[in-house]
Amino acid sequence: MAKQRTIVVGGGLAGLAATMKIAEQGMSVLLVSFLPVKRSHSVCAQGGINGAVNIKGEGDSPEIHFYDTVKGGDFLGHQPLCKDMCYHAPFIIYLLDRMGVPFNRTSEGNLDFRRFGGTLHHRTAFSGATTGQQLLYALDEQVRRYEVEGLVEKIEWHEYLGAVQDADGKCVGAVIQNLRTGDIRAERGDAVVLATGGPGVVYGRSTNSVVCTGTATTSAYLQGAKYGNGEFIQIHPTAVPGRDKLRLMSESARGEGGRVWVPRKANDQRNPKEILAEERLYFLEEKYPRFGNLVPRDVGAREIYDICVNQGLGIHGDMKVYLDLTHHSREFLDRRLGGILEIYEKFTGVDPREEPMEIFPAVHYSMGGIWTDYTRTADGFIDHQSPRNQMTSMEGLYAAGEADYQYHGANRLGANSLLSCIYTGLMMGPGIVNYIKNQKESADDLPSSLFDQAQQQWQEKFNNIKKMNGTENPYKLHAELSETMMSNVLIVRDNARLAATVAKIDEYDERWKEVECVDTSDWTNPVPSFVNQLYNMIQLSKVIAKGALLRDEFRGAHYKPEFEINQPSDFKPESFPEYTKLKAEGGLKENSFKPDHLKYMRLYEESNEKWLKSSIATFNGKGPDINYEAVDTSLIQPRPRKYD
Amino acid sequence: MSKKTITFKILRQDGPNQQSYWETFVIPYLPNSNVISCLMDIQKNPINSEGKKVRPVVWECNCLEEVCGTCTMVINGKTRQSCSALIDKLMQPITLQPLSKFPVVRDLAVDRSRMFEALKRVKAWVPMDGYHDLGPGDKILPDHQGVAYKLSECMTCGCCVEACPQYSRDNDFLGAAAISQARLFNMHPTGKLIANERLDSLMDDGGIAACGNAQNCVEVCPKSIPLTESIAEMGRQSSKRFWKTLFQI
Repeated sequence: MAKQRTIVVGGGLAGLAATMKIAEQGMSVLLVSFLPVKRSHSVCAQGGINGAVNIKGEGDSPEIHFYDTVKGGDFLGHQPLCKDMCYHAPFIIYLLDRMGVPFNRTSEGNLDFRRFGGTLHHRTAFSGATTGQQLLYALDEQVRRYEVEGLVEKIEWHEYLGAVQDADGKCVGAVIQNLRTGDIRAERGDAVVLATGGPGVVYGRSTNSVVCTGTATTSAYLQGAKYGNGEFIQIHPTAVPGRDKLRLMSESARGEGGRVWVPRKANDQRNPKEILAEERLYFLEEKYPRFGNLVPRDVGAREIYDICVNQGLGIHGDMKVYLDLTHHSREFLDRRLGGILEIYEKFTGVDPREEPMEIFPAVHYSMGGIWTDYTRTADGFIDHQSPRNQMTSMEGLYAAGEADYQYHGANRLGANSLLSCIYTGLMMGPGIVNYIKNQKESADDLPSSLFDQAQQQWQEKFNNIKKMNGTENPYKLHAELSETMMSNVLIVRDNARLAATVAKIDEYDERWKEVECVDTSDWTNPVPSFVNQLYNMIQLSKVIAKGALLRDEFRGAHYKPEFEINQPSDFKPESFPEYTKLKAEGGLKENSFKPDHLKYMRLYEESNEKWLKSSIATFNGKGPDINYEAVDTSLIQPRPRKYD
Repeated sequence: MSKKTITFKILRQDGPNQQSYWETFVIPYLPNSNVISCLMDIQKNPINSEGKKVRPVVWECNCLEEVCGTCTMVINGKTRQSCSALIDKLMQPITLQPLSKFPVVRDLAVDRSRMFEALKRVKAWVPMDGYHDLGPGDKILPDHQGVAYKLSECMTCGCCVEACPQYSRDNDFLGAAAISQARLFNMHPTGKLIANERLDSLMDDGGIAACGNAQNCVEVCPKSIPLTESIAEMGRQSSKRFWKTLFQI
């Protein structure tokens, strides 16, 4: 059989982890990246990576990490995957340590860990406040080593356009475009991995990098792959407003003791340092005494929204609150949070070691993504040899990292994304090699007509894009699309507005046909590529908005006040498993629980029966058809969340 | 000075072997702008100061928070990242030029492959037995970590080599960034196992001897990496190796 290889698309943490794990097994990899891989969006991750190493002797364990993760995700995560990820997390941190990541240390020289949202343990390993950058560099260095050895071929400045499929629909290669010459070509690959990150740019300004358009995963969806949980978009509670981007202010600022507050008096015009402690409303600490400023992100973003919009207590009446680190020494802050504080200072001109920061919520992460599969073992872990792991519904096409959908449910915990990126990249490696070895023929043996045809299809598409001579500037149309998404599919969701949004996106779809390709030159012309990306962003917006419209419940980041079931303040989540047990045994009586608790649990149970499912979008030629699939919740019984 | 508009003079070039030319853009002033948000405004309305519709300016950027290293250019004569170049702090007209030490791809986009190739030359990685579970790495004291972390913040952005008088398009000098990475890996407990291989590259043509000690690199580094310290340290390690090798022969 001819030589076989894997194509990995995307040079962020997931793509690099997959590349080095596959190369380690002797399999060739073609690594395709939009940018030099060292510049991928993973560099933006700041706070750290989770793993229950229990360095502080707090009794932390992977099982507790697993519980926090599925609870944080409002039980929509696929439990065997979450479990396997959390149990592998300490090993992944050790691996990164051996690779040379300069993690912060304790005085004894051990790895240091800090607090993060949604847990009560010190579970987050960190490298200053640029952990993502440090992790990416370590993986980049390992891949460079394989490049020198000849096992990895890296082609940068190339964009993935679509999969090459054989007569049975199996993925046997990828069509890619050289972003300098504009040339389009079809590459043969026995398996293709999409590790192309999230779609934050759909919302215009977000914490995401410019390349995070979701184009590659949307292309897979348009070619028939299923897309899961699109409506679950994470809004990070703390970002710094900017005209071009909303810069992340890491959760680690709160992990290191940062306190969120607003003046108790609306529209207080005083300098924050003149406002006395008793005049300040530390609203997260008051409402959530146990988790305080470290509630999960969905909760934090909603509370900031409530304080600013419903209670009108935002700073100077705006959608902004204070994030205060000024009680710490400069030395402490520089050692543990230096990178992000420098960035805040550079962009705002204010020194956050002296003045409280002004922050607000921003689009940050997509819990949803391309549907992928897995094989579980009897004891609830993952069979790492299975070729099914991380495979999309298109055979031979895989996805990893933010591009996939099963790990974070309805809301991701902070510092679990670096973990899931590296975990999926490493975990899928053996299965992909097995998949390729089991193939009867290599992609190299297939007739060239198959690849020529795919190349020609895309060439024609781009020829047509270049001929587009309408009246719409593509960058302006994108700004309108993102404004619509930002105004209507964000923290608080409402069916009437979502229905109007779905209709509005259809209008953008029509208007896209009237786009003018404002640059038709051949050399290093980003415009045709952007016009194609815009088309995909419009299609993905439909998935997000329609998924949000149809999901009539409140779960994690998807908050529809109309369908909120009010939890009695004295309710304990452990009551729910008792309730279901009594019910199953036939022993449930009306006086088994307080009447309001019983009523609440019945409503909760009813809602879960209907909605504790992944929403699955498939492209019908015009837009998404949405169906619902069961989630494996067999390891930890779902129950109401509570953080106060 | 009127704050109603922002004037940009941009050095443009249609392709690698084309003639470069200046083009002026005057765009409406908006608060909190930086160079990139202005380039995005030009994209939405690509009309130059003569009222002529032109092709939008091509530039490179990604993270927009000065951590990916992509958007380096020469702004008002100074090499820096364009995302953190705030309009309110810049004299107008604002001149934008591509980095001069690398081949221009188009307009403000340049090809910095040479910097990544230099990382291969100095073997900037930790050799490993495998990616399976082999337990934790060595204990490392916080002070050591502090030094390593600072070096590890290098984002291969190109400022140091742009400012370096010795780094030119017709020589093969490694440049400060790569030399500093060699130091980073030579101080790592397992990275140092191939320290001599790194030193051999540094002692080769285009290595550390090419440094003219102008110290411009450390001045322009956006992450304040102690590049001259790194060069001095690697100079020491190289001399040591030189004498050791000499006496073994």
